[in-house]
Amino acid sequence: MTRPTAFANVRLLDPASNYDGPGAVLVTEGVIADVIKGQDLGSLSSDFEVIDGAGKALMPGLVDLRVKTGEPGAEPKETLKSAARAAAAGGVTSMVVQPDTDPVVDDPAMVDFILRRARDIELVNVYPAGAATKGAEGQRMAEIGLMHDAGCVYVTDADRPIIDSKVFQRVLSYAKSFGVIVAHRPADPWLSKGAAATSGEFASRMGLPSAPAVAERIMLERDLALAEVTGARLLVDQLTTAGAIDTLRRARDRGVAAVATTSINHLSFNEVDIGDYRTFCKVDPPLRGEDDRQAVIEAVASGLIPIIVSAHSPAPAEDKRLPYDEAAPGAVGLQTLLPALLTFHHEGRIPLLDLIRTVTCAPADLLGLPAGRLAKGAPADLVLCDLHAPLIIDADKLLSKSKNSPFDGRRLQGRVLRTVVDGRTVFQA
Amino acid sequence: MSTPAPGLNEVLQRTFAFPKPHFLSVTDLNEVEVANLLDLAESFVALNRQTSKKLDLLAGRTLMNLFFENSTRTQSSFELAGKRLGADVVNMSPRSSSIAKGETLIDTAVTLNAMQPDLLVVRHASSGAASLLSQKVTCSVVNAGDGQHEHPTQALLDALSMRRACGRIAGLKVAICGDIAHSRVARSNIAMLQMLGAEVRLVGPPTLMPSQVDRWNVAVHHDMRKGIAGCDVVMMLRLQLERMDGVMAPSQREYFRFWGLDREKLAHAAPNVKVMHPGPMNRGVEIDSDVADDLTVSLIQDQVEMGVAARMAVLATLAARLDNER
Repeated sequence: MTRPTAFANVRLLDPASNYDGPGAVLVTEGVIADVIKGQDLGSLSSDFEVIDGAGKALMPGLVDLRVKTGEPGAEPKETLKSAARAAAAGGVTSMVVQPDTDPVVDDPAMVDFILRRARDIELVNVYPAGAATKGAEGQRMAEIGLMHDAGCVYVTDADRPIIDSKVFQRVLSYAKSFGVIVAHRPADPWLSKGAAATSGEFASRMGLPSAPAVAERIMLERDLALAEVTGARLLVDQLTTAGAIDTLRRARDRGVAAVATTSINHLSFNEVDIGDYRTFCKVDPPLRGEDDRQAVIEAVASGLIPIIVSAHSPAPAEDKRLPYDEAAPGAVGLQTLLPALLTFHHEGRIPLLDLIRTVTCAPADLLGLPAGRLAKGAPADLVLCDLHAPLIIDADKLLSKSKNSPFDGRRLQGRVLRTVVDGRTVFQA
Repeated sequence: MSTPAPGLNEVLQRTFAFPKPHFLSVTDLNEVEVANLLDLAESFVALNRQTSKKLDLLAGRTLMNLFFENSTRTQSSFELAGKRLGADVVNMSPRSSSIAKGETLIDTAVTLNAMQPDLLVVRHASSGAASLLSQKVTCSVVNAGDGQHEHPTQALLDALSMRRACGRIAGLKVAICGDIAHSRVARSNIAMLQMLGAEVRLVGPPTLMPSQVDRWNVAVHHDMRKGIAGCDVVMMLRLQLERMDGVMAPSQREYFRFWGLDREKLAHAAPNVKVMHPGPMNRGVEIDSDVADDLTVSLIQDQVEMGVAARMAVLATLAARLDNER
C-alpha cells in the first residue's frame, strides 16, 4: 500500500487537454486521483507525501510504439529488463516491443511470455506486438486473433516487409475483423536489397550500396491501396521521405484509415551525419537527404505524422565495428528520445504541446491505452523533466546493454528528473 | 645500395611535411601535396629503370600488404615499391587465414598491428574499410582500394602517366568511360583530375552512372562518340562481365557496340589522344585489342610502370613522416 502522493509546484504539460500551466497532480493507488490546474493546491490531506517539483515540467510518461530488445534469443544485446531500465531513465513509461525476436512472437504463448517477463521486471509497461505472419516470414498468417486475446497491441513483421501483396491483403482484412492494427514499414524489397544508404550524391561519393528514396513511396502506395480496399487500420511504420509523405497526404484526403509514425533518428539526422562511415548512423530505413528530413519535420508539425517513435534497436559493438555495408543497422533511442525531441521546441520549430502529444496521447489513443494523459482515473505514469537542462550524450553511460547511439557526443537540452509508473518512482536522477 | 637517380636527392631534400598519418582518399590531399608526390614519383621512375634499383629510405621498416580482395598487380606493385625502398614486405591473404573463421576486420587489424608494422596496405571489398582500419591501428594505412569508394594510388599513378605523356594535366579533356557507378578508380580519378584542373567527362549507359552524378561538376554522356569528342585522354574502366549479361547492360556485344573503345570511336577524340585502362582488360568488351596494343596511343603499359613509382612516392612520404615523429 503506497502512500498517496502529490506532485506539486510543477508546470503541467498535458497535450490531451491542451493545458500548459501551473498545477499539481494527486496520485492514489497508482492512479491519478486529481489534476489541479492553477496555483492553488487547496486543502490537501496530510496523508499525502508532497513532492515539490520546483517549477519543472510534469508530463504524461512517454508511450513508445517501436522498441526492439534482444529477448528472447539475443540477450547479450538487450534484455527486456535492460531496455526497461533505459526506458525508465528516458521517461518512457510504456513501450511496445517488436516481435522479430528468436523465436518470433507469433503465437499467444509468446505474447504471454513477454507479458509475464514484463510483470516480473516491474519497471515500465511493456506491450508486445505480434508477428503478422508465422515466423515473420511474410508467407502464412500468424494467429492474429489469439495473440490479440493474449494481449498483443498490434501486428507487424517489424523490419521485414511483407512482399507478397496477396498475403498482406489477407492480413489486413483478417486483422480488421478483430479490430487489430497492422503495422508495416514501407520499403520496396527489390530496390532496397543490399542497400546501406539512400541513393544520391552522398552515397555515390562514398561508394555505398544504396536504395532510392522512392522505394519507400512505391511500397506505401501499395499498402495504402490495400488498406483502402480492405478498410483495415494501417500503421505506417516510420515514414522518412518527402515523396511518401505526399502519398500519405493524398490517401488521407481520400479518407484512408492510415496513421503514420516517424523515428527520432530521421528527424534528427541526415545522410551527411554518416560522415566517415560512422556505423552508429546506420539505421533501417537509412538516413535520408536534408530535403527529406525537413519534409518529415514539416509533416510532424502539421500533424500529418502524429506519432514519433524511438525505433530503439540495440546492436552491440561487435556488430557495429565493421565496414559500413557489413555493420548491423539500428540505434538505441529510449533514453535520448525526450531530449532529442525537445530540440524542435527549443528551435521553435514545433509547439511544445504538439511535440509531446506525438509521444504521449497520440500513440496511447491509437492503441486504446488509458495512458498518455494527465487525467483523473488515468494510470499515474508521469515524467518530471527539466526542459532546459543541458546535457551531452555519452553513449557509454546509457543504460542499454548496447551503446549504439548516433546521439553520442550531441548536446541536447531536457533532463528527466523522475519517472513514475503506476504511482511508483522507477527512475530518479 | 645504388646512387639515387639524378634529381632524386633534390626531391628528397625538399621532402615536404605530409600532414596526414594515412593515405586513404584523394579528397584528403591538396594540389601542392599531389604535385610533390608526382615529382617524387618522377624521380623513382628514373631509379626503377637503373640496373640497381634499391634505396634504403625504408630500411628497417615493415610493410604489410593486407589484401582481402585478390589483386595480383596492385599487390605486387606495392610489394616491389616497398622492397625497392628497402622495407621488409609481408603479404597477407586473409581469405586463407582467420578471417574465414569469423574474425572481424578490426580483430585482424589489431592482431597485425601488434606485430609492429610501420605501413599497412589494405584492399577490402567494403567502402570505408581502410578508414575504419586506420582508426584502430598505430601504423600508417594506405588504401589500396576500398569497395566502390576510392583507390587513391591508382589516381596518383594515372596522373603521373598523364603528366608524362601530355606534359601537363591542367586543361586536359579527360573522358572516363564505362562502369562509373561501381568504380573506385573513377571516384579517385575524378577527384584528382578536378583538383589538378582537368575537364572531366563521364561516358557510359545510364545504368552504370552513380545516382545524382550531375552534381559532380562533370559532363555526362551516354553517346560515346560525343562524349570523347576532342578529348586528350580516354580512360576506360574495367567491366565486371557478370553485370553485362542483362543486368546493367543487355549483352557484351551490345555493350561493345555502343561503349567499347575501337578505332572508329577513338577517331572522334583529339588527334594525339592517349588511351588508359587500370587493368586487367576485357578485350573485345570494353576495349578493342587493336587500340589497347597500339603503343602510340595506349598508356596501359606505362600505367603499370608508373604504379610502382607512384606507390614508392606514397610510401616514402609516409615513412618520412614516421621518421619525423621519432
